[in-house]
Amino acid sequence: MNSARAAAIVLGKEIRAEMRTRELLQTTVVFTLIVVTLFNFAFEPTPDEARRFGAGLIWITLLFAGSLMLNPSFVREQANDTIYALRMSPASAFAIVFGKTLANLIFLGITELILLPVFSLLYNVPVLPVLGRLAFILFLGTFGLVMVGTVFSAVAAQARMRELLLPLLLLPVLIPLMFAAVEVTAGLLAESPALDRTWVSVLAAFDVIFFTASWLLCDYLLEE
Amino acid sequence: MKRYALVSLAMAGLLFFAGYAALFIAPDESTMHAIQRIFYFHASSGWAAMEASMIVFVANILFLAKRDLKWDWLGISAAEVSVAFWSVVLITGPIWAHPVWGVWWTWDARLTLSLVIWLLYVAYLILRTLVNDPERRAVVSAIFGVFVFLGVPLDYLSIRIWRTQHPQPVVFGSANSGLDPTMAKVFFFCSGVMTVLMILLIRQRYRLERLRHEAETLSLAADERAEGAG
Repeated sequence: MNSARAAAIVLGKEIRAEMRTRELLQTTVVFTLIVVTLFNFAFEPTPDEARRFGAGLIWITLLFAGSLMLNPSFVREQANDTIYALRMSPASAFAIVFGKTLANLIFLGITELILLPVFSLLYNVPVLPVLGRLAFILFLGTFGLVMVGTVFSAVAAQARMRELLLPLLLLPVLIPLMFAAVEVTAGLLAESPALDRTWVSVLAAFDVIFFTASWLLCDYLLEE
Repeated sequence: MKRYALVSLAMAGLLFFAGYAALFIAPDESTMHAIQRIFYFHASSGWAAMEASMIVFVANILFLAKRDLKWDWLGISAAEVSVAFWSVVLITGPIWAHPVWGVWWTWDARLTLSLVIWLLYVAYLILRTLVNDPERRAVVSAIFGVFVFLGVPLDYLSIRIWRTQHPQPVVFGSANSGLDPTMAKVFFFCSGVMTVLMILLIRQRYRLERLRHEAETLSLAADERAEGAG
């Protein structure tokens, strides 16, 4: 079986499993809405301040949401030992991890679809004029986030205190991603929006480096 | 055992002489005066810390390639020592910065990078305490270690683009920068001493890890025998 097909099958399984309960999605969406609301109580920003800090808010929220929602990705497979079934299937380790990464990309993408208009509305920051470029940046950033996050979720699943461990491992490694994503997003939310190409390349470099590393190291990750 | 005592004694002598050289042999710096002398320990610890982090990465890769637990022991030993040296860097830095820059801390490029690296290796150490099985612990921490190391150039790049306020490199820097010859000698001597200290500490820590592993294996074997008898 080729890897792309195997990854697609794993992706399909993840989506089916999630659609039965929608546990992950509803929890994550509500979590991000709570963080966006808390931001107002912590800083009470004026529209100008919201423009300046909005990018940071969006990415902090997504990083925290990701470090919480990616946790079940592999832990869920342990409850009924389904991880063994996955390993015994002809799907390669990378196909399993990548299938799960794509599923998480979709879940976090849906969360962003709800988060973005709510943020724009609550803080009076218009996003419609830059929607295309913003979507592109959200995609690049979210892809890197879920790629590393899914691999680390498999790491954390093999440890104790895994719910706390995942953010501890994930957040510091994501610092360059967050850096680049916040800078580009801030450029897009500014009065005169501009796409900073330097930071876009840092973001793209992050994605390429960690995609390659995940691909090379996946076999070790899931072995018994 | 006697050899270790001798080596440690020699190390103490070297460190003492490095301290003496930094305080009394190196000439006075024209604008910063005495406080500049902390640089001989601050920067040389930074070198040792970077070298130790490099050893962690090499050990992680070699473990994944060869599957010999010895490389894992080297990985954890170097990681602990690297955190120790990064801590020295992070503590001596503000002591120098306060009188010279007027603030204990500023989010300048190199300060930020040292802090980020320190956090990453502390996370590596915590991950290791939370996995029981030695083989799995070795594998997952090696994977995490490789990810950490791959991120560092990106951290460096982003922080560099972001801002820079730290004194520009003086050693191996541009044409106008440069050290007084005596200063340079003292600095390279101190860096050498710190590197030797780092290697010695990793060696000792490696020995400890090996003994721990032996004790663990023996206690497992004893348990099995007791079960067999019962």
